[in-house]
Amino acid sequence: MTGSRKLLIFGGMALAAFGMLYGLQYALFVEHQTLDRMGGSLAHSFSAAASRNLAQSQAALEQYGETKYDYVRQVDAHSHWIGLAMLMIVLGVIFERVNFSEGIRQVVAFSLLAGSALFPLAVILQTYHHGAVILKALAVVGSALVIAALAATAWGFARTLK
Amino acid sequence: MPAITRPLPDSASVAPTKSARGFAPAFAPAFEQMSARRLYIFGGIALIAAGLLFGDIFAVFILHQNAGRQGAALVAASRAVAAGNAAAVNDAFSHLGDILEDRGTKVDAHVHMIDAGYLALLLALVQPYIAFSRRTKKSLAVLFIAGGVLLPVGIFLIHYVGLAGSPFAAIGWASVLADSAGALLIVVLIVQARGFWKYLRSRQISEPEVPDEDSMPRRALLTGGTILVLLGFLHGAYYAGTLLYEHERMETVILQRMINAATAGNLDAATTEVNNFGNLAGARAVNIAAHSHIIEFGLLAMLLSFVQPFVFLSEKWKRRWVKLLLGGSVILPVFVLLELKLGLLAGGTADIGGVMVIVGLVGMLVGILRYSGGLDVARNDVGKADAAEGAP
Repeated sequence: MTGSRKLLIFGGMALAAFGMLYGLQYALFVEHQTLDRMGGSLAHSFSAAASRNLAQSQAALEQYGETKYDYVRQVDAHSHWIGLAMLMIVLGVIFERVNFSEGIRQVVAFSLLAGSALFPLAVILQTYHHGAVILKALAVVGSALVIAALAATAWGFARTLK
Repeated sequence: MPAITRPLPDSASVAPTKSARGFAPAFAPAFEQMSARRLYIFGGIALIAAGLLFGDIFAVFILHQNAGRQGAALVAASRAVAAGNAAAVNDAFSHLGDILEDRGTKVDAHVHMIDAGYLALLLALVQPYIAFSRRTKKSLAVLFIAGGVLLPVGIFLIHYVGLAGSPFAAIGWASVLADSAGALLIVVLIVQARGFWKYLRSRQISEPEVPDEDSMPRRALLTGGTILVLLGFLHGAYYAGTLLYEHERMETVILQRMINAATAGNLDAATTEVNNFGNLAGARAVNIAAHSHIIEFGLLAMLLSFVQPFVFLSEKWKRRWVKLLLGGSVILPVFVLLELKLGLLAGGTADIGGVMVIVGLVGMLVGILRYSGGLDVARNDVGKADAAEGAP
């Protein structure tokens, strides 16, 4: 088994396991409370408005927005870690069909692994610092690494067709 | 356990030699009768096809109606705000929660059934590296497929069973079924990981690897699948960069306007904001659905490229199924995205794309069933001939 295949298969398995464990702890200890807070704050915002308590309604709506911001990112990071890991494992099985030298394949595999780990991590960190530019930039860098690596892989497969 | 030491038989021994007219079981060692690999491939493709079919039925008969009911519940909530009736607000949100649960469990059942199918196909690929006996691997495959079926069934039933007859305060029997099936899948995967660990120590594969056939359908699925995944990534990056934050901001803005209008007793303005909220939810939903569907179809195409050596059909039909599957994989996400501009026309076309993927998938499954049948008949004939030769 070549180095690039090892990197993709073992890296993918490790990332999938991490993503699943992260999702499990989130589902067990955080998700239900978050969903309750999200639905409860929206309902509370409307019922406070019905009682003509507009300040409380406004505060509850803001809490809803912030809770949903966090929830969407937590679920997205979990699913992207696992999805990208599955893609890495599948590519690892057939990476020798990518018609480049092993050196280039290793660079591509490393970019895929680094991007797949970094992109969801940057997304999760945004829940601790809403709107932080550095974290948005990290997410962009991570996703760019994944896209560039996959474009190179597609090109490598297409070269086999010639 | 019969171990096969590396290196594997050379590629010539697994070269494609079958044709639609003459059955030559060149890949037989990799596809033994009732082996774990067969179960994973049959079960995986069947789960994916069933999940896609369920998704298509859901999209046609439930999705839009459900969105209408969500809008009606929000209108009721804003009217209750205008009337100053907090109890009616709570009733409206309780009803809205019920509607969202109805939708959410159906989407989850669809997603989990397809993902279990993907995992089954992935497990079919890695069986040579799972160092267990044939019998143990088959038992694990049976358990995995059972878990893959029961998990979405349990999720689907959550909305209908509710807490009826449950001894728990917040968890119903359907949730118990779904959680147990999920736990079963996790246990099977952990045991497979142990089998993989044993392989790493011995470095002996337990059965032949998937044959390395170089054919047009296989290359097309591999390249097409990679391009689909790439397109999905590019669309996701575009959505995150240009629309995601704006959509998040607009959601609370629209809700605030809805509440303000209702508080002021302006029910027409509140209803307009409910419509705006629905449009925003639609815009988010179609972008996320297009992104996830094109990537999942790309991954499906890549996984199906591995099972092409077992599809016992003429080259012409194999190409037809591949074209149909790849065509549907492009049509569905593209027309899902166009739903906001073209409405039901695009929705209907997207559903046709989904049907194309299902038909392509079932066509391949039929080819694999034919391969299995031919292989088993050939084996039985050899067994009978041997018995006849041995008879006095």
